[in-house]
Amino acid sequence: MKIRQLSVFVENKTGHLNQILEVLARNNINIIALTLADSSDFGLLRMLVSDPEKAAEALRAENIAIRIHEVLSLELEGVPGSLSRVLNRFSDNGIAIEYIYAFSFGSKSILVMRPENTEKAIEIIQKFQLKPIYESDLKAQL
Amino acid sequence: MIWNEQIECMSSNEMRKLQSERLIELVNRVYQNVEFYRIKMDEKGVKPSDIRSIDDISKLPFTNKTDLRDNYPFGLFAAPMKEIVRIHASSGTTGKPTTVGYTKKDIENWQEALARCLTMSGVSSEDIVQVSFGYGLFTGGLGIHFGAENVGCTVIPISAGNTRRQLQLMSDFGSTVLACTPSYALHLADALAEYGYSLSDMKLKTGVFGAEPFSENMRLELEKKWGIKAFDIYGLSEIMGPGVANDCEFHDGLHIHEDLFFPEVVDPKTKEPLPDGRQGELVFTTLTKEGIPLLRYNTHDLTTLNREKCECGRTLVRMKKITGRSDDMLIIRGVNLFPSQIEQVLLEMGETSAHYMLYVDRENNLDILELKVELDESKMVDTIKDLMSLSRKIEHSLHSALGLSVKVTLVEPKSIPRSEGKAVRVIDNRKI
Repeated sequence: MKIRQLSVFVENKTGHLNQILEVLARNNINIIALTLADSSDFGLLRMLVSDPEKAAEALRAENIAIRIHEVLSLELEGVPGSLSRVLNRFSDNGIAIEYIYAFSFGSKSILVMRPENTEKAIEIIQKFQLKPIYESDLKAQL
Repeated sequence: MIWNEQIECMSSNEMRKLQSERLIELVNRVYQNVEFYRIKMDEKGVKPSDIRSIDDISKLPFTNKTDLRDNYPFGLFAAPMKEIVRIHASSGTTGKPTTVGYTKKDIENWQEALARCLTMSGVSSEDIVQVSFGYGLFTGGLGIHFGAENVGCTVIPISAGNTRRQLQLMSDFGSTVLACTPSYALHLADALAEYGYSLSDMKLKTGVFGAEPFSENMRLELEKKWGIKAFDIYGLSEIMGPGVANDCEFHDGLHIHEDLFFPEVVDPKTKEPLPDGRQGELVFTTLTKEGIPLLRYNTHDLTTLNREKCECGRTLVRMKKITGRSDDMLIIRGVNLFPSQIEQVLLEMGETSAHYMLYVDRENNLDILELKVELDESKMVDTIKDLMSLSRKIEHSLHSALGLSVKVTLVEPKSIPRSEGKAVRVIDNRKI
């Protein structure tokens, strides 16, 4: 359920995001999911990639500030209300979420989240038998 | 009008005689009372008895801003604390302020110098003076305040900031003189309409502007925008504060009160005195000061001296309006700023790299600072919230260390150009 995510600092400059993506392309790294949060001064690019370590090394070599962080991932049922039900489990137990994104992968709907307290969130996942996703699940489909 | 005709129109022979007497007394006093100068003079092999006239001044050692810092807070004071009646301070180069102390007589001399400056600007006891320089440790507010009281003016000690109230009191109280930084005066002029005022609501006739350099063009613009006569008042806290020099109605240089503050212009490289008319670093010796007398203090302001008699009748030596400096000091909203102070704050915080670029600009006539600082790769975080709080934290530290608001923008590691020679750390886009 813990998967490695790449967080990349992106200055607000035209074409800058593409420079980062080109580094990944040159190194033959596949992007599984991507989201970009923006502020007035900079953006923060969060990605799940086929090989986080290799991606980190390649980006650092280009002086790009990155960090590998563990986030939690769950599989959602592809029916209306499933995301809301999952989130209720956390909020009912007083667990705040810093950020969240979701994507489809093959036939699956996948949720990625960073709770304020990871260990407590894992307890909830186990207690309510939510369906975790592992890096191996994502790689198996690539 | 001339406040002190005897001094301000003195013949050059008499002036040199007065300066010589004062220099001899000064050198004896600092040699006896200030260890720093005793050591410096001994090192140079100069004894007080070697100083027989003002012509011997070049035998004396120089003083720099770093000497004030090294002797912080009171090491250069020449009078016992019981005789010091006031302390002022300005930000120093490494977090420690530059401290100056005044005896009763120093305050009187300062008031005298300011009374001459204000009279030179056409101010009299009939005037209502709005002092919009900052009050407090900064010399601007209190300096002008005491000078204007000495002239007999009605003083409004409003201090800096709060544009709405500045304009309201200017209109309600009928201020006839505005004293502030030239950029703030422009800002106030541009804000008139915004707050529902027009020039006809104001009785302003004179502006006394200083604490930051401004060009002759800007002085003329201020005259036009306000419909006033604008004057340039020069000073620095190390020497006294505002009132070291001022321009008269002919605006052909600033008259220096040379009976109190003896000026020299020296070559920036060799530090050798330069003849009148040649540009160099302006150096002052405080001829009468008791609290913290300074020998040959290098201001690093660039100017030339002119000893010709002025059309106004004054014989006081004139210095050209300051437009540049020989070091990297910036003057932001009247506050002195060395780029090294920023580096110091970043290094102390240790949360980013110490590579930065400072952009100085002027928006609505107010100086604004933007600092681009490189993110430290090893301190990268994964939420916007944490990145924003890092920049806010740097802004806060800079504000408490410099007394200035700086907008901080984080940039990528190694994105600021490295230079092989002297690093370019500041881009100053202001037009002054």
